[in-house]
Amino acid sequence: MSTFRLEIVTPEARTYSDDVEMVVLPGADGEMGILPMHAPLLSLLKPGELRLKKDGHEISLAIGDGFVEVGPDRVSVITDMAVEERLIDEAATEAAIARAQADLKARDLGGEEVASIEASIAKSIAQLNLKRKRRSH
Amino acid sequence: MANTREIRRRIKSIKNTAQITKAMQMVAASKMRRAQVAALAGRPMAELLNKVLVSVKEHVEIDSHPLLAVRPVKKELVILISTDKGLCGALNTNLFRELSPFDIGTASFVCTGRKGVQFVTRTRRDLLGDFAIGDSPRFRDTRPIANLAMEKFLSGEVDKVSVAYTHFINTLTQKPTIRPLLPISPFDLERGFKTAHDNDAAPAPKNAERAPGFIFEPGPEEVLDFVLPQYVRFQVFQMLVDTRASEHSARMVAMKSATDNAKQIVKELTLEYNKVRQAGITTELLEITTAQLALN
Repeated sequence: MSTFRLEIVTPEARTYSDDVEMVVLPGADGEMGILPMHAPLLSLLKPGELRLKKDGHEISLAIGDGFVEVGPDRVSVITDMAVEERLIDEAATEAAIARAQADLKARDLGGEEVASIEASIAKSIAQLNLKRKRRSH
Repeated sequence: MANTREIRRRIKSIKNTAQITKAMQMVAASKMRRAQVAALAGRPMAELLNKVLVSVKEHVEIDSHPLLAVRPVKKELVILISTDKGLCGALNTNLFRELSPFDIGTASFVCTGRKGVQFVTRTRRDLLGDFAIGDSPRFRDTRPIANLAMEKFLSGEVDKVSVAYTHFINTLTQKPTIRPLLPISPFDLERGFKTAHDNDAAPAPKNAERAPGFIFEPGPEEVLDFVLPQYVRFQVFQMLVDTRASEHSARMVAMKSATDNAKQIVKELTLEYNKVRQAGITTELLEITTAQLALN
């Protein structure tokens, strides 16, 4: 089976770098699947689930805002968060959401801060959704 | 000559100091390794961001983007990245010296690090904001700083944003640096990032590697609107990580020389102590013999 190189980088580290068979990404205009030999593409990503297929196995990651660059033989995902499904701590994420929402209510914040808190809630929810979905299978 | 008890006390207190500085040196050394790794970890991101920007540039008239707008500088903003704690040699002092060209009347400051806040208030400069960031910064910690800078720049409140930080070269050398952040210069975009390790940084992506005819989703403008702020945020993050690496390196070196100095002093004092002790014994012996002679 043909493969391509998938790279997931965040500002803090190169989270993932391997040859995969397929990747499904949460694009700004909806979910999209990328197979080898895809046409060159640059797309924005929204917080959600990234699934990749390697040697028949599927791995899921929760990712944050970012973008993807699809080249002839490689796909680079640049995002500010990427957590593998098995590493998501459900309780901690729930606590983070609760904290952020309390923050949002309690304080009189500027538009910028509200936006950033909302973004962090969206990211946390993406993690949570992924975790729950896996368990119900 | 001082008496023996006093010398003993001094030796003891200096040994204690040496123990503390030695411990701090160890702590700084381990933190330094982590911080240096963190400074390196941003490189793949830097290369990718740069590559994407270069690709976008071919499709969009990038120069007209508001984040690249060059205006005459009436007010400017300086993001001052310093350390929270002292005892790291001349790191902060050197950085603050670089700030002297900024006019107090036109420059405002946003600080991270307590030392910077203290400096800005002490010299009666205009402090706009202060962000507390821990020892191992995460990307999201630096977002508010970059966002604030972009907001001020886009609203026209300031016409230029610079960052003052300590560029990490190696464990022994750190260079206080002032780097313009906004407006983004197209030249910088093409040259790529200067990260902590720009000496061995990968060369700019070659033309052959770039595939023509990118599909942009939703559109090139939207992609650019996302990528440029991300570029700014990432730069701020990278500079903060650089400063942290510099801080721990500088502290380790400072603590090492403090430990060495303390050991040297202990050595000198021990010599002095032995001399005094010997002198005391000699006098005593002399007294005893004299007394004996007198008795006979």
